[in-house]
Amino acid sequence: MTNETLANYANLSLYSAMAVLTFSMLGYAGYLAGLLPARDDRAEPADAVDRELVAAGGGTVSGDASPHGAGAAPATESDVPLRARKAGGIAETLAILGTLMLLTSAVLRGASVERWPLGNMFEFGVASALFTMAVFLVWGLRRDLRWLGVFVVAPVLILLGLANTIWYTEAAELMPSLKSIWLVIHVTVATISVGLFAVGFVVALLYLAKDHFGERRGLLRVLPDSRTLERLSYGLHIVAFPLWTFTLIAGAIWARQAWGSYWNWDPKEVWTFIIWVVYAAYMHARVTRGWRRQSATWIAVAGFVCIIVNYSIVNMYFVGMHSYSGL
Amino acid sequence: MSLSTQPSDPRRDEGIAQPTLGTLGLLRFAWRQLTSMRTALFLLLLLAVAALPGSIFPQRSIDAVRTVDWMARHETAGPILDSLGFFEVYASPWFAAIYLLLLVSLVGCVLPRSKIHWKAMRSQPPRAPKRLERLAAHNSVTVDGSPDAVLGDVRAALRSSRFRTHSHDNFTVSAEKGYLKETGNLFFHLALIGVILGMAWGNLLGWKGDVIIPVGQTFANTAARFDTLSPGPLVDTADFEPFAMKLTRFDAEFETDVQGQGQFGSPRDFTAYVDFTKEPGAKVEKKVIRVNGPLETGGGTAFLLGNGYAPRLTVKNAEGEVTYSEVTPFLAQDNLYTSVGAVKVAGAGAVGKQLGFAGLFLPTAVLDEQGPRSIFPDALEPALALTAFEGTLFPGGRPQSVYSLDTAEMTQLKNKAGTGLLRIWLTPGQTYTLPGGQGTITFDGLERFAGISIRSDPGKEFTLASSLVALVGLLLSLTIRRRRVFVRVAPAPDEGRTVVSIGGLAKDDDEGMGEQLEDVLTRLKERRT
Ligand code: HEM
Repeated sequence: MTNETLANYANLSLYSAMAVLTFSMLGYAGYLAGLLPARDDRAEPADAVDRELVAAGGGTVSGDASPHGAGAAPATESDVPLRARKAGGIAETLAILGTLMLLTSAVLRGASVERWPLGNMFEFGVASALFTMAVFLVWGLRRDLRWLGVFVVAPVLILLGLANTIWYTEAAELMPSLKSIWLVIHVTVATISVGLFAVGFVVALLYLAKDHFGERRGLLRVLPDSRTLERLSYGLHIVAFPLWTFTLIAGAIWARQAWGSYWNWDPKEVWTFIIWVVYAAYMHARVTRGWRRQSATWIAVAGFVCIIVNYSIVNMYFVGMHSYSGL
Repeated sequence: MSLSTQPSDPRRDEGIAQPTLGTLGLLRFAWRQLTSMRTALFLLLLLAVAALPGSIFPQRSIDAVRTVDWMARHETAGPILDSLGFFEVYASPWFAAIYLLLLVSLVGCVLPRSKIHWKAMRSQPPRAPKRLERLAAHNSVTVDGSPDAVLGDVRAALRSSRFRTHSHDNFTVSAEKGYLKETGNLFFHLALIGVILGMAWGNLLGWKGDVIIPVGQTFANTAARFDTLSPGPLVDTADFEPFAMKLTRFDAEFETDVQGQGQFGSPRDFTAYVDFTKEPGAKVEKKVIRVNGPLETGGGTAFLLGNGYAPRLTVKNAEGEVTYSEVTPFLAQDNLYTSVGAVKVAGAGAVGKQLGFAGLFLPTAVLDEQGPRSIFPDALEPALALTAFEGTLFPGGRPQSVYSLDTAEMTQLKNKAGTGLLRIWLTPGQTYTLPGGQGTITFDGLERFAGISIRSDPGKEFTLASSLVALVGLLLSLTIRRRRVFVRVAPAPDEGRTVVSIGGLAKDDDEGMGEQLEDVLTRLKERRT
């Protein structure tokens, strides 16, 4: 049973979300651009202070730094130029609106086929975009994340574009092996953790960029300092990792229900395992003496590359029992 | 100096003091290397890389047919990769070597840590450092009261914030909390060993067997009745439970509403209805087996893993005697259920010759320039497309598949005119008369079959419990913070007041330490008013 009207509304809502998110992305870009001149005004003294701190022993001194660490991004809201504040505000409102539209699209899609809307590549793509945005927005309630907006919304738009074109699958019922409560549990948690890993990955890349090009190079200077970025990225990863561990366990339970054995070395299972092992290695590397934070972060980046491979190449080209991509 | 194995080894100096390392020393050195974090990290990354090829190359134990195919298509690479174990990655010695080393490393790492942690939990927090303001997070306040009285309240404040406290003297308190972090971490690592043990247990004592049951037939759970059976090394197949199940009906539904790519004709629902008897003579129970709804048989679980079509076929010889009459399963090769199968008429044929048929069953058949094929998985226009052979069906008595003919010692029959090969096209109810007085073949009707897999894994509960322990341990390890807090009290210059200095020490960088100290001071102030 498929209700085509609802499915069409779902698509309409998706297109609208993409349009709204595009403007949100532009707004976030405007926010960053708006910060730049302000930084230039203060560049001299800030740099001087910084050099002094480094000269004074290089150690991390005490806890009187701004919430963002040593004077990189604006310390208080009044330091943010009006232009940037306006752009940031609009971007945030549009991001919330776009996310709600994505949610609406997923709900309508689910209603149109009377099932959980996570049954094929297209639906995974939309849900991943939705959860990535949700992670970003919910996290944003706790700290000022306007600097991160453009780096999250842009990849989300690319993902939605892919979902809408090469992965598009018409709304329909599921294959028998997917009809299970474990679809809801396993795939939903997997998609949430992918959302967290995605934001963690973006922050990790920003950290590595800042570490490589220098704290004050170009646009990078309006971002939080690299130490803060590294810590934020780690914080996201340690929330995502237990969720991924749960995904692995739930997948095994479901595999026994559906295929008779909880572990079959099916390509999709293998990749879930590989991703888990790579992120475990990241956490290890971070506490292994003699390993620098940069090298550890590269392992986290490799972990997300594995997630991308798992989503795209493994789903579409590897032969296994998980051939549900709908392609 | 020359004795040291690694220039960067911090224990280099020991090497000088002990000029002969000896076998024991070398072993100890190797053990220390193996159980180091660095090695664990290296092995983890290696494990991830080693698991890769198994997802790229077909694996023999999962899909033997695709493996053979791949090898046939890659004549040079095939045998090389095969000898390196690339088609059997997860059973290969190198894969095993990695995870066993990791396991040994894990045990060697976790056991000493458990001992240390056990001791730490039973001992007191260490003495406060001389200068608390040297600690990354520190603070100080002046409150009313004598140092002694304040110290008592400091202790109470720390305890109310779930710290364990100890005073090594009369003007300091040492406090620590978050022991559960390390406990969780150790449980996580130990539980991983449990997961591996549970899997090994299942492999040794578990078994799985597959059987194809056409509608109307009964399966009895004995080793001989399975089409394929793979018991673990410690399984006694004579001990199987004596249950039986008769497949009374099989329902299959396919997508017909949605026309879109990848959806039309997709399977939608499969249900097998069985009459289940726990043991001979027991009451018959009506049960259903679905794709996500297996049937517990007691010692095992019956899963519905496949289905397909089984035409009822009858072959008669020239005298009209029935030489073959069976429901013959044909195996689906694709999503449209284009199925292959064979009919082996072992009984009386022409003198000294046996008769064999091989070919396709097509649930919704079309015959056009692309040849015979199926265009929909449901049985809308079923047809059989067969070729016929005569000769010896079982040359040399070699084992062979039920679903294909070994034509090594057979010749293919020609058509009536003798101009080409014989091609038989049959729809239900039709009979075909073979040329040369070979008799007839009749397509009497069509049944569905269910592919049932019966599996037993006695280790699965243990594996599941271990993985849940690992998950809980991981959560504790990642969410709890290990914190040490030291407090020193000293009389303030103004009479009747006390200066309280507080400093915090954390593992890793701990953003919340400052807040933690604030919290303790707030609790203290509440007590002082
Ligand atoms: C099967 C292989 C292993 C896996 C999958 C694994 C996984 C993990 C994970 C995910 C963590 C992060 C949890 C946390 O930070 O508390 C961790 C932490 C840790 N692992 Fe392992 N580990 C393995 C083997 C080992 C081995 C062999 C050692 C010893 C050399 C080891 C020592 C540690 C230590 C000391 C920590 C604590 C890090 C901290 O202080 O937070 N692990 N491990």
